[in-house]
Amino acid sequence: MRKSRRLASLALPYGVYALIFILAPLLLILFYSLFYQGSQGFAFTLKHFLKFFDFSEPVYMKVLVRSVRIALVSTVICLIIGYPMAFILSRMNPRVRNIVSFLFVLPMWMNFLLRTYAWMTLLENTGVINSLLGSLGLPPINIMYTEGAVIFGNVYNFLPFMILPIYNVLIKIDKSVVEAAGDLGANFFKTFTKVIFPLSLPGVTSGITMTFMPAVTTFVISKLLGGGQNAQIGDLIERQFKSVGDWGFGSAMSVILMLIILVVAGFMNSYEKDKSAGGVLL
Amino acid sequence: MKKELIRLVNCVMEFDGEAVLKSINLTVYDKEFLTLLGPSGCGKTTTLRIIGGFETPTSGEVLFDGVRFNDVPPYKRKVNTIFQRYALFPHLNVFENVAFGLRVNKVPKNQIEPAVTEMLQLVGLKGYEHRDVSSLSGGQQQRVAIARALVNNPRVLLLDEPLGALDLKLRKEMQTELKRIQQQSGITFIYVTHDQEEALSMSDTIAVMNNGTIQQIGSPTDIYNEPQNAFVADFIGESNIIDGIMKQDYLVSFGGKNYDCVDAGFKPNEEVDVVVRPEDIDVVPLENGLWSGVVKSVAFKGVHYEIMVDSGDYVWMIHSTDAQVPGTTVGMMLEPEDLHIMHKFYPNGSVAGVAEVE
Ligand SMILES: Nc1ncnc2c1ncn2[C@@H]1O[C@H](COP(=O)(O)OP(=O)(O)OP(=O)(O)O)[C@@H](O)[C@H]1O
Ligand SMILES: [Mg+2]
Repeated sequence: MRKSRRLASLALPYGVYALIFILAPLLLILFYSLFYQGSQGFAFTLKHFLKFFDFSEPVYMKVLVRSVRIALVSTVICLIIGYPMAFILSRMNPRVRNIVSFLFVLPMWMNFLLRTYAWMTLLENTGVINSLLGSLGLPPINIMYTEGAVIFGNVYNFLPFMILPIYNVLIKIDKSVVEAAGDLGANFFKTFTKVIFPLSLPGVTSGITMTFMPAVTTFVISKLLGGGQNAQIGDLIERQFKSVGDWGFGSAMSVILMLIILVVAGFMNSYEKDKSAGGVLL
Repeated sequence: MKKELIRLVNCVMEFDGEAVLKSINLTVYDKEFLTLLGPSGCGKTTTLRIIGGFETPTSGEVLFDGVRFNDVPPYKRKVNTIFQRYALFPHLNVFENVAFGLRVNKVPKNQIEPAVTEMLQLVGLKGYEHRDVSSLSGGQQQRVAIARALVNNPRVLLLDEPLGALDLKLRKEMQTELKRIQQQSGITFIYVTHDQEEALSMSDTIAVMNNGTIQQIGSPTDIYNEPQNAFVADFIGESNIIDGIMKQDYLVSFGGKNYDCVDAGFKPNEEVDVVVRPEDIDVVPLENGLWSGVVKSVAFKGVHYEIMVDSGDYVWMIHSTDAQVPGTTVGMMLEPEDLHIMHKFYPNGSVAGVAEVE
């Protein structure tokens, strides 16, 4: 009894931290989204939310839909590229494996703004890729400031978040279970579809969650690579706070975005039978 | 006429340059129940994995029906394995675990259900079809593993200590059951155990292994009655193993006395191991004994008493249905054919085990 209380007291600093830096901002956002400052102080209002869900002029909803679409496509591409990569990685001998997975993590140590700026210079109309194409006598392709560029940036930045959880689950699969499948007559393909893939699903779901969330909320990638016309909901929120100055509307959109993320995370978590496996976020 | 089915020829298995199997030669005949018996770490599982196709021997050949089989992957071998640690599919329930082999081998759907049900009945797990395998006890998981392999009706079944997790009663039942299945189905069983009693009661042939080598291959009676060296004698059943000198053909000396025996062909005065089974020694009145000793202890073992008798230079283990009084001096008696003379196996002195019992 006393021991557990002592252990609980160890968590106190974190409790204070969470209160100040997590709970308080969330409450503030909720407050700003539901109240406005009138002449006699703050008053309750739903106008910020109504502004967003204005069906006669659904500009904001369109941005939200586009954000979700871009995030979904990015997540699917990450999965298609990331799963085979994680699988190959898990099959390598441990020494090579450690080096390669280190290489995967290495770019994550660099600020992702810098990485994205680097891609701008590569993708620009006068950038490295197009000069290469030009020197081969091929016409330049217009990559920058398209939805494709945003998706590309997302995939590039968030791919490790897909690979690592899947890889972590794959290397933990009991080798003898894979052998048992072979023993019972399953060739590689059947062993994969009937044993390895089902057993790796916890990694896949947390990979999807961990890729989708940053992809749907990002605002820098879409701004740098997508330009104005490919703005995502994150850009919109940023603009409300930084240039428009409508904190109430910005907060309302943040609340909406958080709700979407909560729904997605809850959905993915309910898919995970074994919640202990993989790097689950919630 | 026995038909040869599997043959290992000079199989060597090295891991990181260390030889775990040293030149294994082993022939398995069709429909035979062959047991690999040996202490932990001697290479039983490794031998089984070579036959199952999960390891490729460093050198040597694996022949199946006379055809070289070294590089044939497991899924193409008509061999099924019951793994030492079960290796059940954690994402499938009991029914689907057992049905796995049938499904991947495209057995018609309407045959799968009855086959699986019959198998589960056989291993005593009827009614467990929809249970999660992780919710089963160790013994139940082991029986699922048995059902999962048997249901495919393989030509050869590899069993790696398949009854290790069962309690004594269930183990005895499953031993009888497995033996019955083997005889009825004509499936060749290659069975791994370190339980000598299990090996003796179930097998047609036993291969006794130690340290990556096969010490002796033979029928259970051969192995028990004519062990080729002190290791086999010691491992199969309990034995008194003492140092002796072969004076000449049919005459061995130990404990300072000469005894008639039935062995010949040793060098004159060769140092040998003399092996005597505990049940072959009779306790007799002092004056009738070939040699004598003081009763140290008497322990009741169910069917017999285990009596330890100290003759001064060795403590003899004797199994007898009659008890003795500790502290009395008794005579001991045996027939010449009960003395088993073997070339020295352990380089210096006596065998660890019985000889050290005080
Ligand atoms: N993949 C491997 N890499 C390195 N060493 C191994 C490997 N597999 C087995 N060994 C070694 O080979 C030896 C024999 O192992 P094996 O599993 O065949 O023993 P066993 O007779 O089945 O023992 P047990 O009765 O304990 O199951 C052991 O010393 C083991 O450590
Ligand atoms: Mg083993």
